[in-house]
Amino acid sequence: MTLFRFSSSLLVATATAGLILLAVDPIGGQAQAPALTILSREGRRPLPLTIANDQELVVLDDLAAAFQLTVRDEPLGAVAVGYKGKTVLLTPDQALVSVAGRLVSLPSAPTRNGRRVLVPVEFINRALALIYDSRLDLRKSSRLLIVGDWRVPRVTMRIEAGDVPRIVVDATPRTESSVSQQNNSLFIKFEADALDLAIPAFQPQALVQAARLLEPVTLVIDLGPRFGGFRASTQPLESSTRLTIDILPSQPDAPATPPPSTAPPPDLSALSQPPAGLRVIAIDPGHGGQDDGVKGAKGTKEKDLALTVARRVKAAIEGRLGIRVVLTREDDRTVALATRAAVANNNKADLMISLHANASFQKAAIGASILYASFDREAEQLARSSLGSERLSAFGGGLRDVDLVFWDLAQIRHVARSGELAALLEEQFRDRIPLSAHPVDRAPLDVLEAANMPAVMLEMGYLTNEAQEAQMSAPEFQNSLVQAVFDAVVKFRDAPQGGTR
Amino acid sequence: MFVMPSTRRQAAIAGALVVVAALTAWVLVARVPGWYGRVKARPASAAAPAAAGSPGRKIKASLFYVSDDGLRLIRVERDVAFGEGTVEQARQIIEAQIAPAAGPLVSAVPKGTKLRTIFVTESGDAFVDFSAELVSGHSGGSTNELLTVYTLVNALCANLPAVRSVELLVDGKPVETLAGHVDLGRPLEKNLAWVE
Repeated sequence: MTLFRFSSSLLVATATAGLILLAVDPIGGQAQAPALTILSREGRRPLPLTIANDQELVVLDDLAAAFQLTVRDEPLGAVAVGYKGKTVLLTPDQALVSVAGRLVSLPSAPTRNGRRVLVPVEFINRALALIYDSRLDLRKSSRLLIVGDWRVPRVTMRIEAGDVPRIVVDATPRTESSVSQQNNSLFIKFEADALDLAIPAFQPQALVQAARLLEPVTLVIDLGPRFGGFRASTQPLESSTRLTIDILPSQPDAPATPPPSTAPPPDLSALSQPPAGLRVIAIDPGHGGQDDGVKGAKGTKEKDLALTVARRVKAAIEGRLGIRVVLTREDDRTVALATRAAVANNNKADLMISLHANASFQKAAIGASILYASFDREAEQLARSSLGSERLSAFGGGLRDVDLVFWDLAQIRHVARSGELAALLEEQFRDRIPLSAHPVDRAPLDVLEAANMPAVMLEMGYLTNEAQEAQMSAPEFQNSLVQAVFDAVVKFRDAPQGGTR
Repeated sequence: MFVMPSTRRQAAIAGALVVVAALTAWVLVARVPGWYGRVKARPASAAAPAAAGSPGRKIKASLFYVSDDGLRLIRVERDVAFGEGTVEQARQIIEAQIAPAAGPLVSAVPKGTKLRTIFVTESGDAFVDFSAELVSGHSGGSTNELLTVYTLVNALCANLPAVRSVELLVDGKPVETLAGHVDLGRPLEKNLAWVE
């Protein structure tokens, strides 16, 4: 209950760990601010902040200790912050810092307090992030500093009072969750690594008495004695997933089946129609590192070809369309299949193209093909049992689990759009580069199955065919292919959603 | 407590190991004695006709090989040694399928691949364990990988009505893929879209 006295901005996933540590870690002289919680592979650590002139500051030595930075005094009072050979140069009384030679502005200049150098907290995302080798995501309002690609959705909730109270939980970016009931509580478990959770203050009600975080990723709703059952549904919004739970009172107070008018069914059209527009595209250069992929007779490696083409696709799309392109690997390194889909999901990619080169047992085989995911009956049933109409009429009562989606089957919802993307690619490839006799196929491809967006695998051609191996390495072929992918992306962006369904 | 993915992954791996161990134990305790019964019985019954100079009992089975264009499989009818019961018959079919292909036929199974063990659950899920060559000898490429996988899956599902799905194992362990494309984490069902 005491939790509800905090303002919503403080009530983040970090509340317990972060605030307790803050209380015992004062910094001399200046006013304290709630500590940031660093969320990284090593777990959670607090990063103390102080406030001066309404500006939140962090002690440079604390940052250095947390991120293995070197801090070196330079002539004229300048300070050099180094990380793996890259440097940020701070100049006294200057709100501009030099990051690996580039000038970046901060809200205020670094200050000195004795031997300590204090920098505005924005130093982390504006300067340090540019030289650091993991992603740094500073969420000031939630007091979180996320290091690396963790799934930490922002989760907000509100309660609409009434005879059938409704709890609306929005998770941004889109995040799957499952709802289960144990005794008089509902457990909403998110497919995430941690939650950036804001629970509003509310008066305990007859049916909904409290909401709390169960570390690491579960939101618990405690229900009153009149609780009779629940009904849960999800709906994808533009950038978030909305979970709506109606709390049904027990029988003596209400009919067992409330008339449909009391709770309008969720907008089903939204379930099948992703929002328009492309903001992020994930390009997955296949294989890499220890995994060469296919090797051609003349020595061409699939991993190198895929990376070369991926970089060219990225340059074309970012340069000419202004759509951000995320590569699942930037260089020649081993990347697990699950990580590739996770990179696309975590970056909220609106479509994913996995680039590969093919091999055949017959040297004659030639031509590009596009594959998209297929699922056996069992997997489809598994997914449908939790996604279909059953879910909408799922009344609570007794012990009941309502799984909303299976993470590793996320692609099932997007298969129709993936098929449209495959057809557009085929159309653009025709007459530009050699196409296989089976240009579009479906297969249970690992890297596509967990992708929570339209996704295809593009096999550019056969490295086992000598002529094609030479052709694929040549700029003419790559130019045509990159242009075809570019045109298909434009058509996909502009096509009516679900047009061929 | 905050659980980071690495710990979760470790937990998942530990869980998976427990499941595998339980499955293995179950196979050893509940299943193997039954197979041994069948397997041991076979040489006795097969040896007699062989000694008499007549060929062993055969069945007609569909085996799968690479088509001329290299993009699909073709179905070829072959005589395969008879096996008593689903498991033993499955073993004979897989042995015939992974044997070096004769004449103009091209096999999608890497050379040197050996069958280690096979078992079939009561619900018809076949677990087929191959030697490491299935992965180490593979050329890569999604087409070849699909042809390899569906050669093995279809060889069982198309010939044995009792086999509903096939899960491929390598060196006694589940594998994510053979060469980076086809998801082997779930049992696969017959798929004749890859057959001409």
